[in-house]
Parts: sequence; structure tokens; C-alpha cells
Amino acid sequence: MKTLEELNAIREKAKATMTVREDNSDVIRVVVGMATCGIAAGARPVLNSFVEEVARRRLKNVTVTQTGCIGMCQYEPIVEVFEKGKEKVTYVKMTADKVARIVNEHLVNGNVVTEFAVGSFTK
Amino acid sequence: MYRAHVLVCGGTGCTSSNSKKIIDAIEDEIAEKGLADEIKVIQTGCFGLCALGPIMIVYPEGCFYSQVKVEDIPEIVEEHLLKGRPVKRLLYEETVAPDIIKSLNDTAFYKKQKRIALRNCGVIDPESIEEYIAMDGYQALAKCLTELKPEDVIQIVKDSGLRGRGGGGFPTGLKWSFTAKNEADQKYVVCNADEGDPGAFMDRSVLEGDPHCIVEAMTICGYATGATQGYVYVRAEYPIAVKRLSMAIEQAKQAGLLGKNIFNSGFDFDLHIRLGAGAFVCGEETALMTSIEGNRGEPRPRPPYPAVKGLFGKPTTENNVETFSNIPQIILHGAESFASMGTERSKGTKVFALGGKIKNTGLVEIPMGTTLREIIEEIGGGIPNGKKFKAAQTGGPSGGCIPASLIDTEIDYDNLTAIGCMMGSGGLIVMDEDTCMVDIAKFFLDFTVDESCGKCSPCRIGTKRMLELLNKITDGSATMDDLDKLEELAYHVKENSLCGLGQTAPNPVLATLKFFRDEYIAHIVDKKCPAGVCKSLLKYVILEDKCKGCTVCARNCPVGAISGTVKKPHVIDTKKCIKCGACIEKCKFNAIIKK
Repeated sequence: MKTLEELNAIREKAKATMTVREDNSDVIRVVVGMATCGIAAGARPVLNSFVEEVARRRLKNVTVTQTGCIGMCQYEPIVEVFEKGKEKVTYVKMTADKVARIVNEHLVNGNVVTEFAVGSFTK
Repeated sequence: MYRAHVLVCGGTGCTSSNSKKIIDAIEDEIAEKGLADEIKVIQTGCFGLCALGPIMIVYPEGCFYSQVKVEDIPEIVEEHLLKGRPVKRLLYEETVAPDIIKSLNDTAFYKKQKRIALRNCGVIDPESIEEYIAMDGYQALAKCLTELKPEDVIQIVKDSGLRGRGGGGFPTGLKWSFTAKNEADQKYVVCNADEGDPGAFMDRSVLEGDPHCIVEAMTICGYATGATQGYVYVRAEYPIAVKRLSMAIEQAKQAGLLGKNIFNSGFDFDLHIRLGAGAFVCGEETALMTSIEGNRGEPRPRPPYPAVKGLFGKPTTENNVETFSNIPQIILHGAESFASMGTERSKGTKVFALGGKIKNTGLVEIPMGTTLREIIEEIGGGIPNGKKFKAAQTGGPSGGCIPASLIDTEIDYDNLTAIGCMMGSGGLIVMDEDTCMVDIAKFFLDFTVDESCGKCSPCRIGTKRMLELLNKITDGSATMDDLDKLEELAYHVKENSLCGLGQTAPNPVLATLKFFRDEYIAHIVDKKCPAGVCKSLLKYVILEDKCKGCTVCARNCPVGAISGTVKKPHVIDTKKCIKCGACIEKCKFNAIIKK
């Protein structure tokens, strides 16, 4: 180790892999429904795409977790996005392809992708 | 990128309750469910709540599983890791609220703690230098080497008010400055990890949970004092600590954080481990250095102090593990931030190993000035089985005790010294009404008699004679003259012994005499042990009106001391009775008592 820059580079890289362990209530929580119905409908690739996309963009304020049956099994895979002080957003009939747009528009820029949200499906 | 991290405690406590098997089981189960790319399993250091081990935390939710069994793993993986439903039945009950799972930091055990020395224990993987660096590791070293002069470093440590955590409480910055001002061709830094007090394990936990912080702190000390060689003297009985420390040293060398020209500053530092064979006296600084030199671990007279003539006759700075573990934080966050915690003359925090008659046995780190009541009743969760608190023993065989009447004492160096006790390295043994204080004094003296190195006669012969007097007291053959003799001898040993071991060996006797003299007198005059511990003074008796004559006691007595016919009250022959207590345990009618 010769310079502080070298040390900082290692720190930033290692830190990015550890954000999941931070006790932080200000993060945006992306929750994927992973009950039997969700898994059968293809929730796993959706979950993995979220994890990859969030990691790729180095979003420190987002955690991706899974939950049990959200309840509307006909709309699975379902993904819910929780953000402090905002209404919960529910995305339905998710696919891995839709993930990139949600991450880009919603998680990064704060614009809900209404065409994927539950409202536009149940109308 | 992993979406979840499973942290399993790999400290000695949890390892001995099988956490290694749990890690294997989780890894197998995760692989079987095809989750190996999504979930990372990490072995960490001690979380502190050893009573509830093995311990496991699942992030991002922060779910705290306690007393995990291998059989529970399939359920945890299937329900929690796959389907995202924490298994509430297995969570630490205090974290389970009706709707939410509370953070660990909100539980009574963790709420009042302030973790500086233990900041990374249970948080990072101790075998990964990257994780240490991610938690600002080696930043303090970089700051020292690139921005600060050695005298600035010493000034920061002085200003922080940090005092030696090994027990003595000597100001650390001052100690460093003594070595720094002595000119020599070679100087040394020594880390005392020869933790020998019965019941104390904070140094082990730091080495196991955060070994890099010791490497970093010792290097900083080397820079500040002008030393280029360091030795860690650690007990061979701490295999996990030794393994992780060796690993950390190796990783630091590879990364260029140890060795030549660190951070291009021209400063060289190298670190070695020396294993101790477990002699208590080697925790004494001069004996420790004699042992590192390859000689029999015996103390030498001071002065000359190690700062003048220490290891291999060269100026040496020696600090304890916990002292070192505070250093990087002090450098990074400044002396003021550290000095803002604690009391007037004792700054920062102190780690205690909580043991004995207490619900939450484990490791706690509290700001100096926290009261004993907060430690025992809130953090420790109180005394089990509704028993009454009698006293807390601190400082191990060199320390004293704090009686129940002083439970509101604010814990710091000076308050403890004022009541005839000492901070010690941090063992805190809680005793309830069933503990005999004479027996406790005897236990610790028995330990020091065994551990006395024999070099000086006050310690070698004096402690032995004291133990004989204590034995006389507990077997009921002592007179009040013996008590006076014991006290006189205690002061003699204290005044005349060569090193800290002998000088402090009488402390358990003196402290118990100070607060519990009536118990000594009860043993000597009334021939009774009030707590019902000292066997020779006890008599087992069957209460005639309660005995139903069921014969269970007679059948379980190993020496056939109980006689009587069916459905008639039984009697114990006190001459035959060996006072093993088997009859009391078996009696369903509470008809047998000790008196």
C-alpha cells in the first residue's frame, strides 16, 4: 500500500458489497413476492435482475428483499416499492425485462412507471 | 452482488456451541435451494450476547436468531431466505413485536452499550481485510503516516484521556511519550493478549472479531514511539484468536500495510506473534517480556520501566488488546470525540465480560460512568430464579468486590479504587445470595497460589499461608486470632511482593473482609456458613413433619447415610453423610434442608 487513494479504492469497492448490512430506515425497499405462486410465476429472475441492476448502478440507498404471498396471485410476480414518506407502489406481472426501466425511472429518478403498476392492470 | 447476508458468530463461545456446523448446514441448504449466488454466509466475531449462542443475523432485515440448532436450518432457509418470512419462533424474543421485528439495537442488552473497542465484532468477517477496510480500516494509519508527526499522534492519544485497559489505568499517551523520548537503535511495541483472569474474555473477542484493528493500532504506536518491531503475546489457549491474527498479519503484509516503507512514508514496521503457555504471571508486563525473550516467565523489578529498558533491553511500549483497539477510532474521530464519553478522569468506554449469576452472560461495552445497577439489571437482564443480588466481583484474582449496597456506583477507575476495588481487565462476575464470600476469596487465592511464579517469598509463601488460614475458616477450625493473622499477612504480602501478581493477590480477601466481615465471623464464631456453601459447616437434616417416608432419598444416597421405614419420617446419619446434596435434589416434598 503506497497511497491513500489505493486504500480508498479498496474501501469503496468493499463497502458496496456490505450496504445490505446497514441499519438504515431511509432506504428504498424493493420487496418481491416469493411465495409458491410468485416463484411459479417467475419471481426468481425478477428478484435476481433487481439485485444485479441495483449493484450495477451502485445504488446505496436501495435494498432488495423478498416476502411471502402478497395476495393477488393472478398478478404475480408482484414487486412492491417502499419509500419513507411516500405511498407504496405495487408493480404486477413483472418480468426481468421490466426491471431495468423500474430501476432507472423509479428508483433513480423517482418517477413511478405507471404502466407496470397495479392500477393500469385492474382498470 | 448478494441480496442477503447471513452472519453467524464464530467467536469461541458460539464455536463451542457448534456454530461451525450451523454454517456448514446453511451453506449446504442454500446450495441445494440454488440460492448460493444470492445469499452470502459470513462468519463473524463475537456479538456479545453469548448466553444466547449460537447467534445468527440475517440482513437486510436484521433478524436476530438466537440459540440456533442445526435442525432449524432447513426451516430458516426455506421460510426466511427463500420466501422472505422470518421464522418468528426462533428469533430472539425481545426483538419480536406484534407487527414488526425490532432492531437489535433497541433491545435492553444493546440499547445502553456504546461499541468502540468492539465496533467491528459481529459486524465484519474478521478473516477479510477488505471488510475491515470498508469499515474505515487502516484510514487512521494512513492519516498518521501521511499527515501527522509522531509527536502529534502522541498528543492526540494524550488528549483523548485513554487509560490502560489491562487494569492499571495508566494514561496511554503518557506511556507512549516515555518510550518516544528514549533514544535507541531499536525500540519495540508489545501487545499484551495474555488474558488470564478467570471469566474474562474481551481481549480474545477483539482478536477473534477484529484482528486487523490490533495490527493497525500497533503500527500506529510504532510510528509514534519510533519502534519498528512489534510482538503480540497471546495465550496458546486461544486458537481461534491466534489463527485470525496470523491471517490478519499475513494479509496486511501482502497489502503492504506492514513491512517496508508503508504509505511511502519511509516508515517500516513488522509484527510477530508469540504464544504464551498460559501462566497467569506472564500477564505482568515484565514477566511477559522475559517470556518473549525465551526465558522462564518471571517478573523483574521496576524501575527500570519498559519505556527505558524493556524487551531485549530496549525501550518498549506495552499495551493491552482493548487499549489498542480504541486507538484507530481516536485518531479518526479525534481526541475530543473520545473524551466526550465517560467521566471526569476516565474517558471512553470499557468492555466487561459479564458472567456468574446473571441472565445475559456475555460481552458488553459501556461508557465509563454507567452504574453497576444499569449493567446488572438492564443490560444483564437481572439475576435468574428471582434470587437477590449480593455482590459483583471485578478485576479477577487481583480485584475486589462491589457489594449490593453500592450498586449505584458509577463504574470508572477512580470510583472503584475508592471503594477498595479495581477496574481490572474487565471480568465482572455477578454473585447472588447463594454465594459465600469467604469461599470466593478462597477460590481466587487458590488461583494465585497456583499461579505464583515463586521468585519472591512474600508471594510464594505468604499466599500459601493465607490460603491455609482461609481453609481453616471454611472448615470451622479457625479462631478470631486467625482472622487477625490473615489480615496482617494480607497487608504484608501486598506491601512486599515483587510484581503485580503478589501485590494484588490479597485484594479478594481484603475486599470481602471490608464488606462481608460478618460472614467471616459467622464461619469462625457460630461455625455456620450463611450462604450454605462451605460443606464442613453444613448439616443436612430431614424435617420430620414434611417427610412422607417415600424412601426416595434413602435409595439415592450414595453412601447409605439415610435410614427409616416406609411411610415413616427418615433420618440422616450426619457422620456418614458426605453432603453431596443428592437427597435434596430428589426429595419431592422439600423435606430436606441444609443448615
